[in-house]
Amino acid sequence: MATQASRTASRLMLSPAVVLLFLWMIVPLGMTVYFSFLRFNLLMPGTEEFTGFENYLYFFTDPAFWPALVNTLTLVLGVLVITVLGGVGLAVLLDQPMWGQGIVRILVIAPFLVMPSVSALVWKNMLMNPVNGLFAAAARGLGLEPFDFFAEAPLASIITIVAWQWLPFATLILLTALQSLDREQMEAAEMDGAGPFWRFLHLTVPHLMRAITVVVLIQTIFLLSVFAEILVTTNGGPGTASTTLTFLVYMQSMLQFDVGLGSAGGIVAVILANIVAIFLMRMIGKNLET
Amino acid sequence: MGEIVLSQVKKSFGGISIIQGIDLTIEDGEFVVFVGPSGCGKSTLLRLIAGLEDTSSGTIAIDGRDATRLPPARRGLAMVFQSYALYPHMTVGKNIAFPLRMAGMPKEEQERKVEAAAKVLNLTPYLDRRPSQLSGGQRQRVAIGRAIVREPSAFLFDEPLSNLDAALRVSMRQEISELHQSLKTTMVYVTHDQVEAMTMADKIVVLNAGRIEQVGSPLELYKTPANLFVAGFIGSPKMNFIEGAEAAKHAAHTLGVRPEHVDIAADGPWKGVVGISEHLGSDTFLKVQVEGIGPLTVRAGGEVRLRHGDPVSLAPQTGKLHRFDAAGKTIAA
Ligand SMILES: Nc1ncnc2c1ncn2[C@@H]1O[C@H](COP(=O)(O)OP(=O)(O)OP(=O)(O)O)[C@@H](O)[C@H]1O
Ligand SMILES: [Mg+2]
Repeated sequence: MATQASRTASRLMLSPAVVLLFLWMIVPLGMTVYFSFLRFNLLMPGTEEFTGFENYLYFFTDPAFWPALVNTLTLVLGVLVITVLGGVGLAVLLDQPMWGQGIVRILVIAPFLVMPSVSALVWKNMLMNPVNGLFAAAARGLGLEPFDFFAEAPLASIITIVAWQWLPFATLILLTALQSLDREQMEAAEMDGAGPFWRFLHLTVPHLMRAITVVVLIQTIFLLSVFAEILVTTNGGPGTASTTLTFLVYMQSMLQFDVGLGSAGGIVAVILANIVAIFLMRMIGKNLET
Repeated sequence: MGEIVLSQVKKSFGGISIIQGIDLTIEDGEFVVFVGPSGCGKSTLLRLIAGLEDTSSGTIAIDGRDATRLPPARRGLAMVFQSYALYPHMTVGKNIAFPLRMAGMPKEEQERKVEAAAKVLNLTPYLDRRPSQLSGGQRQRVAIGRAIVREPSAFLFDEPLSNLDAALRVSMRQEISELHQSLKTTMVYVTHDQVEAMTMADKIVVLNAGRIEQVGSPLELYKTPANLFVAGFIGSPKMNFIEGAEAAKHAAHTLGVRPEHVDIAADGPWKGVVGISEHLGSDTFLKVQVEGIGPLTVRAGGEVRLRHGDPVSLAPQTGKLHRFDAAGKTIAA
């Protein structure tokens, strides 16, 4: 697409799609912004009126707001740390030549293909359940008191489940990156007297930085909106111990039928996501430049 | 010091024998070149010496010490790879310093050595650049720099110049020869470019299908090839091979004569017709279809005015014929 004419033509042909995508994004966002300035409760139809920033005020002063913000960031950060570290480890292991490599790789990818609500239910009822769960059985087998995961450590349990789901994604991306690492570089380092640890630190890790950046950016987007896992396990509780911003918005708009407050929460979540994104791009975005 | 002795070294990959019993002594300070056709096992042999591959059997001794089971880092050898294998995330200076850093050398000493190496290789202005910001020749020099700072007992080169363009290849070739003259360290150099082999080597090792065909100085190989393979491999253009009645006249199964050892002479015994001719300015290479013998390549002077289809008489220079028996071995004169 070098000539002026072909560039114009390509723009013209692209424009319907761009316009559609733009509307697709801007209409819901605009409506959410609009609702967030209304008193809009589904239990009191016909009483909608403009209230300015009142919804935002309520949202920020909600006793659940600060815990939800902290929980959201903890969840995102916790899952990122586990998946990146675990992903690097698994990728390095899977990169070793071994028997049954193909099957093992498919097995590793499997958790990613399970629906979030299903995997959360499996974890809740079959693994972490204090009465019927495998972990409880194991604890009893060792003569220990079974641990009630969702009551004692709700957020940590959810982080575990979500990390389990996202570990395959990180592993897969990092494994592909690892496979593009030049073998001769490794051999050169070996001849230069670098042992496995130094080779990992000086060659593998810098080589993986770009893939790690991609993993962190993509996962952050999805982790900020984790919902199903919370809904089917702890329902945000006990108290607000596992309530995230997404879940708080859900509780306010769906459980209290307050569309205005929910919308305000939604906008706050959007702004938070953007802050996180800007922060991340500042911090690690330079890794994406060639 | 840098004497490397291979005895009965064998290597097979998954049951396929690639290196089939190599006995070779590389003297201290020698420039040894491995040549051979693609896939004959040159790189594999070099990697066996480096320790990047394990031998299947046989022993490798470096400076009189058995190094067969030593890890690469402990063999005291440095290798320069075809792809340069520079560390892309480190500056040129850090690349060169890397082996020193791994050896735990103090910082000031590292810097001193890196600067000295950079000066020898004309890399001083580039020490703060990344490898990706360098040209091919500069990258190659960084790779060499990384090798020389370690002061290894021998350098191993695996086709280090094959990614460079022709002009750069010639100048880097001379730089490496120069380096060998000043360092006097053993160098083992793999190439499939026989010009590199002939110009740089003290000793050439001709490999074929995992075996050594002949070992000798460039001129020995040129003048007295041990067999058909070496005769055909060393020398450019290739030696002409003649079979049948003409060979039988000289009591040989195959007769070999190099293009430069055939003269155009009005009373020559071989009559033929000129085919295509390649004019290089200094030389002209003629393809001549000789009656009863077949096509021959002939080197003539730069000013030859023969055209396609012209008749020509040829005479081989006396004493420059090579005779081979049915097994391809040279028959002693
Ligand atoms: N890791 C390996 N596994 C299996 N076979 C191998 C391996 N490395 C090399 N080979 C085989 O060994 C033979 C020799 O390979 P090698 O790389 O030594 O050839 P080479 O002489 O260096 O050729 P070239 O001039 O093309 O570089 C080839 O047939 C190759 O297929
Ligand atoms: Mg090779």
